Amino acid sequence: MQVEQISIFIENKSGRLAEVTRILGEAGINIRALSLADTSDFGILRLIVNDREKANNVLKEKGFTVSKTEVVAVEVPDRPGGLSEILLALDSKSINVEYMYAFVERCGENAVIIFRFDETEKAIKALLDNGFNVLAGERLYSM
Amino acid sequence: MFNEEFETLPRPALEALQLKRLKAMVERVYSRVPFYRQSLDKAGIKPEQVTSLADLQRLPFTCKQDMRDSYPYGLFAAKMEDIVRIHASSGTTGKPTVVGYTQKDIDTWSELMARSFVAAGAHKGDIIHNSYGYGLFTGGLGAHYGAEKLGASVIPMSGGNTKKQIMIMKDFGSTVLTCTPSYSLYMAEAAREEGIDFKGLNLRVGIFGAEPWSDSMRSEIEAKLNLSAIDIYGLSEIMGPGVAIECQEAKQGLHIWEDHFIPEIIDPDSGAVLPPGVKGELVITTITKEGIPLLRYRTRDITSITYEPCVCGRTHARISRMSGRSDDMLIIRGVNVFPSQIESILMGIEGVEPHYLLIVDRKENLDILEVQVEVDENIFSDEVKHLQALSHTIEKEIKDLLGVTCKVRLVEPKTIMRSEGKAKRVIDNRTIDS
Repeated sequence: MQVEQISIFIENKSGRLAEVTRILGEAGINIRALSLADTSDFGILRLIVNDREKANNVLKEKGFTVSKTEVVAVEVPDRPGGLSEILLALDSKSINVEYMYAFVERCGENAVIIFRFDETEKAIKALLDNGFNVLAGERLYSM
Repeated sequence: MFNEEFETLPRPALEALQLKRLKAMVERVYSRVPFYRQSLDKAGIKPEQVTSLADLQRLPFTCKQDMRDSYPYGLFAAKMEDIVRIHASSGTTGKPTVVGYTQKDIDTWSELMARSFVAAGAHKGDIIHNSYGYGLFTGGLGAHYGAEKLGASVIPMSGGNTKKQIMIMKDFGSTVLTCTPSYSLYMAEAAREEGIDFKGLNLRVGIFGAEPWSDSMRSEIEAKLNLSAIDIYGLSEIMGPGVAIECQEAKQGLHIWEDHFIPEIIDPDSGAVLPPGVKGELVITTITKEGIPLLRYRTRDITSITYEPCVCGRTHARISRMSGRSDDMLIIRGVNVFPSQIESILMGIEGVEPHYLLIVDRKENLDILEVQVEVDENIFSDEVKHLQALSHTIEKEIKDLLGVTCKVRLVEPKTIMRSEGKAKRVIDNRTIDS
């Protein structure tokens, strides 16, 4: 039920983000979702892509530091209070969200949000117990 | 041991030999080198007044500047026709310092380097892969002649062309590696990229010198290159590599070959001689050299000395691992900082690579130290807080141990320049208004 995300370390200087996207573009890799966490010195670019292995390899070849992380993709009802319901369900089990970002496409009537939890398995169980739909990686990569 | 008789000479005999040679040396430079005649006259001491080793302290120091002022041959004590080799320091801060060797000097150097190889755990039959630079720099040829004297097979690689170095090491079955410690790690990195594991090579011993390094860097090198790493010390003004070396039995300080050099440790400010165990500047008097003998040469290297017996049986004193050079020392907001101290802290932190750069700036009359650290897969996290925690840990350790506030900047891998010779660890951008 988990989704594999790749994260890339980027120094905070002009052109580095463009370089990463250029490398991925030239390798024919499609970015499905992304988030950039930034500080004054560096950024962490997190991506869901259609081909993780290839993305990982081409970036490493170019000298970037890349890591893989398991994240969770959850369908969120696209109406007021939709996200709040999910967060309340997680909070009731004392599950902490490390970070989250929205998926660019919609899935039927729902939006998709990517979550990073400390306790991934426990979070997935809590979500399923509360009737939320957790998306499989394969579905997301090929969306 | 390569020369057991001299390497294990009981101290009274060693000191008697030193005194005999020192007396002859003072005579030699007084009669042959105008610079020394003048400086001894000025200090009010005649060669015949040197009657004990304690009299050494009455002799004037020789500084690097004296060598520059005598550029190129002014301090030579032999006729040019007897000089068979000339080397020079890199001269990064001015004119190079030039040194000349007679045939006897080359023979002595080769023997001391051969002794050093044996102390490090090398022997006849070893294949010595010599990646010290050949040329004016003494490292390459010094190690080369020593390896030949030992009777080992030497591969004269010199520095650079790292991919080829690795191919040769693998194909030729090199058993001993000689280079700067930073270059050894660069090789490890390059080998990994080539898909070559050092565990599959025959290397057994690495002899690393020409720049200060830390014990934690030793552990890193030993783990990554799968060999026993030995620290060697030398400087062209005194001879070249092989002035002192660690023995593989103890790896506790570097034996300085006292039958050819007399070491002293002084307070770099006052010039007073310090007792054993106290850190200060190493001063060396050469007592057998013909080409360019030096009295009380101030090396600028910071170390301490011990005369405690060593488990290896050698009776020669040991100097501690260099903690830096007095001219490499950064003074940051009044605090003395050696790059090697920061290196030690960085390498004590799980996952941190030994490639680092210190950048010093002055903003509004305040010194700013930035420590650049490369982020590789071992320390990278997809969460900002983990990387920030790492930066804070390093900043705090440096503050706690050295008393200096710094800013850690995490940078992408391979962005810090790699060196095939001596690593550049410091960029000092301060311009001091006078």
